[in-house]
Amino acid sequence: MIWNDDFETLPREAIDSLQLRRLQQTVERVYATVPFYRDTFNKMGIRPADIKQLKDIQKLPFTLKKDMRDNYPYGLFAVPLEQIVRIHASSGTTGKPTVVGYTRRDIETWTELMARSFVAAGAHKGDVIHNAYGYGLFTGGLGAHYGAERIGASVIPMSGGNTKKQLMIMQDFGSTVLTCTPSYSLFLAEVAAEEGIDIRKLRLKVGILGAEPWSEKMRQEIEAKLGIKAIDIYGLSEIMGPGVGIECIEAQNGLHVWEDHFILEIIDPDTCEVLPEGEKGELVITTITKEGIPLIRYRTRDITRLNRQPCICGRTHARIERLSGRSDDMLIIRGVNVFPSQIESVLFNIEGVEPHYQLLVDREGNLDTLEVQVEVNEQTFSDEIKKLQALSSAIQKQIKDLLGVTCKVRLVEPKTLTRSEGKAQRVIDNRKKGAS
Amino acid sequence: MKVEQISIFIENKSGRLAEVSGILGEAGVNIRALSLADTSDFGILRLIVDDSEKALQVLRDHHFTVSKTEVIGVEVPDQPGGLSSILKILDQNQINVEYMYAFVERSGSNAVIIFRFDDVDQAISVLLKNHVTILAGKKITSI
Ligand SMILES: [Zn+2]
Repeated sequence: MIWNDDFETLPREAIDSLQLRRLQQTVERVYATVPFYRDTFNKMGIRPADIKQLKDIQKLPFTLKKDMRDNYPYGLFAVPLEQIVRIHASSGTTGKPTVVGYTRRDIETWTELMARSFVAAGAHKGDVIHNAYGYGLFTGGLGAHYGAERIGASVIPMSGGNTKKQLMIMQDFGSTVLTCTPSYSLFLAEVAAEEGIDIRKLRLKVGILGAEPWSEKMRQEIEAKLGIKAIDIYGLSEIMGPGVGIECIEAQNGLHVWEDHFILEIIDPDTCEVLPEGEKGELVITTITKEGIPLIRYRTRDITRLNRQPCICGRTHARIERLSGRSDDMLIIRGVNVFPSQIESVLFNIEGVEPHYQLLVDREGNLDTLEVQVEVNEQTFSDEIKKLQALSSAIQKQIKDLLGVTCKVRLVEPKTLTRSEGKAQRVIDNRKKGAS
Repeated sequence: MKVEQISIFIENKSGRLAEVSGILGEAGVNIRALSLADTSDFGILRLIVDDSEKALQVLRDHHFTVSKTEVIGVEVPDQPGGLSSILKILDQNQINVEYMYAFVERSGSNAVIIFRFDDVDQAISVLLKNHVTILAGKKITSI
């Protein structure tokens, strides 16, 4: 099923010419209305008229998260505040949040793209959408909410937390579609099991999961434990919120990003060179229809690759590969690049081990240390010390084989790892303490 | 013959042992024997209690990772060489002892040692053949 046939199946040439026209308009608009862009363009000697073909986008400057912080709160807005109908913000781990503003048309676009995303994930009118993304400054809750209403589904605005109540509502209201983070979906399954509820027997059929990177193995685990199809959704508040991209339920192989609203590039995060199609690097997005806060070549810090091969679902929009992590999640341990998702995939391959882990990074003298904390469950537990020691050396060896990094594996009690009812905190990097 | 032992995974944090015995005490479960095996990071607390099902349930409710294992309790004559004669029998019959620990209470004048074997049935038949007294599970948990 396709929500908007006209746009979702546009031929490539039509997408390209639409993108060029919209890019030119965006560049003209930010040059005229956003001092930050006008100054940067002037410094680089660029005029809006220099954008004659799509490739000319490479002449434009990048926008960093730091630029948004430097212009806190409204500095990058391209319209006066009275045209802004909604303000969201993403929590910064340090200091001020990143603020985004939406005009009425921006909300309309977001709603349309979330509607496309829901339908691509297999949801439709008649579904009961259990929206467990947080409502508030975070874009997840309201973004999913508007899209769910647009397709005519019945949306339950659950927001996050209060897991036992979520399960009660899920049972009593007959929720068919779950929207939340992947780690929270597993937490729901766990609490359901503790409560003696067979979550697989409920009416739930699809989970639309995002807001944190997750692996293919974790998908299999979620699908088995909840008895649903688990669909990956992509979004970031700087660009729009959830619904920038989504996997189609037909292929479950890469996330379609709505190219009539966004231009995608993949760059080498170190050299900032644009990479050829198919190579892995940092995703850069230019918004080409946004009014409130248009962003030119925004560096998402998400690592992925682009695929423009035709998809079996009929959509013509490019797909990005499931994210392998954020470039700022990437840890450099003794000179080796390590993504938490790689450690996760190792753990999934060990019989009985659950994906509950935390990475503790520190520095002893001049040497980085990595400790992988893994929860012991009843499947991996043994009354014999040597068997538990064999388990931790097996984990250690497989991490060493895959990543070339020697780590310490510490077995820990269940639920001792921070199990926030939203995003799982996977990494504690003590090297950063006192650095900034 | 066999006795049910429960094992609990605990991190080496102070207070965890007290917490376990507190939880069991509150549930009215009595600990009959206890042994802690530990490494620098974690420990395994092995217990023999008078009601293992209840103990397992309350510990799970408190999010401990637990398991059940079958062990046996052997009467060891309270005299020099009492234990070594039993170990010798086991060794001669190639019975591998995973671990063992002493029971707090005594059975008459004899000490009681808890044994964990790889192959508990084979161990029982070897011990019985050699006239070693194995205490009934019921008797152990109610000593
Ligand atoms: Zn598709």
